[in-house]
Amino acid sequence: MAREQHDYDDIPGTFVFDAERSRQGYGINMFCMSLMKDDNRRAFKANEAEYLKKFKLTPEQTEAILKRDYNRMLELGGNIYFTAKLGATDGHSFQHLAALMTGSTQQDYAAMMLGGGRSVEGNRSRSGKNAASKFLGAGGRGKSAAGKRQAKSKAKPKSKTKSAKRK
Amino acid sequence: MARIVAGIGSSHVPAIGAALDNGKTEEPYWKRIFSGFEKSQAWMRETKPDVAIIVYNDHASAFSVEMIPTFALGCAAEFPPADEGWGPRPVPVVQGHPALASHIAQSVILDEFDLTICNKMEVDHGMTVPMNLLFGKVEKHGHWPCPVIPLAVNVVMYPPPTGHRCYMLGRAIRKAVESYPDDLKVVIFGTGGLSHQISGPRAGLINSKWDKNFLDNLSSNPQKLVKIPHLDYMREAGAEGIEMVMWLIMRGALDDKVDEVYRFYTVPASNTAVGHIILANRERGSGRKSAAKVAARSKRSPARLKRAAARTKVERIRG
Repeated sequence: MAREQHDYDDIPGTFVFDAERSRQGYGINMFCMSLMKDDNRRAFKANEAEYLKKFKLTPEQTEAILKRDYNRMLELGGNIYFTAKLGATDGHSFQHLAALMTGSTQQDYAAMMLGGGRSVEGNRSRSGKNAASKFLGAGGRGKSAAGKRQAKSKAKPKSKTKSAKRK
Repeated sequence: MARIVAGIGSSHVPAIGAALDNGKTEEPYWKRIFSGFEKSQAWMRETKPDVAIIVYNDHASAFSVEMIPTFALGCAAEFPPADEGWGPRPVPVVQGHPALASHIAQSVILDEFDLTICNKMEVDHGMTVPMNLLFGKVEKHGHWPCPVIPLAVNVVMYPPPTGHRCYMLGRAIRKAVESYPDDLKVVIFGTGGLSHQISGPRAGLINSKWDKNFLDNLSSNPQKLVKIPHLDYMREAGAEGIEMVMWLIMRGALDDKVDEVYRFYTVPASNTAVGHIILANRERGSGRKSAAKVAARSKRSPARLKRAAARTKVERIRG
């Protein structure tokens, strides 16, 4: 049962939580929802594999949860707002999870965010569709607006320095 | 009649709520963010809305994956803060405005927007964080300054409603509000965004150029934003950045021409670009002189005149 292909599958490093994943990952997400209650968090931590039997999970999904493979959970239908509850149950901050999913250390990830985040340049497409959206920039407000935007983007490093200094 | 006087766009980053709840607002990292909302809070105290309609999304708190309504309108008398796993946020229960809410529901459903009605609903940080940013900190046993009508939008499961659909719903909400007999001053919030991706190997994505362009067009050329396909939001502003469509409900509920009262933008708050804008409707039928007219009638005229003057020189603070 191959996954239906969509235009957004071209976005790199991204598992879009669509209707198909929502159906496929129902068990993962309901398991994560159960962790909103302290009693359930304790029961899960006491015996993880046993606790997971209460939910309709495939062997792959169970394995991803036990291994804390967050990207795999997303691929198999987990949603980040739900899987974050598992991370919190383990006592991790959200930034810890984000770093884990991106394969970097939390320190490096935090530094990247302070530096303005991950650039979209080179990160738009798996298949080389790396031109900026036509909805960004061209048209609408005419030449003067485009000039203004350019001026703004030039000013960007300056504002970053300022915020870094204030930090 | 009731009237929408202004729209507010604001991010709803959960870490901002946590910083507020844990007394970290004076730390430089957080002060950079909170200080960007000081003028907004003064504006809100001055505006004194009778009701706020808040467009937001739930984050696996009140809604699970069992039911995923696209548009859910809160018609209850009150909305308790949701327990997001560690106890509810220490903020007051949000009072609703059931009479206006059910009037809106009736009006927009007959205008062909098939809303889900929630007569019992808890609200999470998606709504209470923007409330704190605009209303300030309110103790758990205190009171929020005005009743709120929550409008929860699904932006968690793809596809969320299109930008165009959101904008048109805003239009329908404006029509509904204006057909309500009581004189009420209403503000509407669009929340979420701006660019961010918090899932998968591309997490941490921020696109300030996109965000600034979005704010520019939101202010003066919203018709351009209405056409943006979901794919472009996700590619450019991150998988979770797609929640920016909620701002278009707010914009649709305003007049075509608005005055930009205030704007603030900074990167980052946790994993997200923080964006904020206040757009005010002009007094109907009297064009640019409206603010002065309002001021002439008001006891607080100096402040109002100052505000009117500020409209020609939009303030922009960039962190």
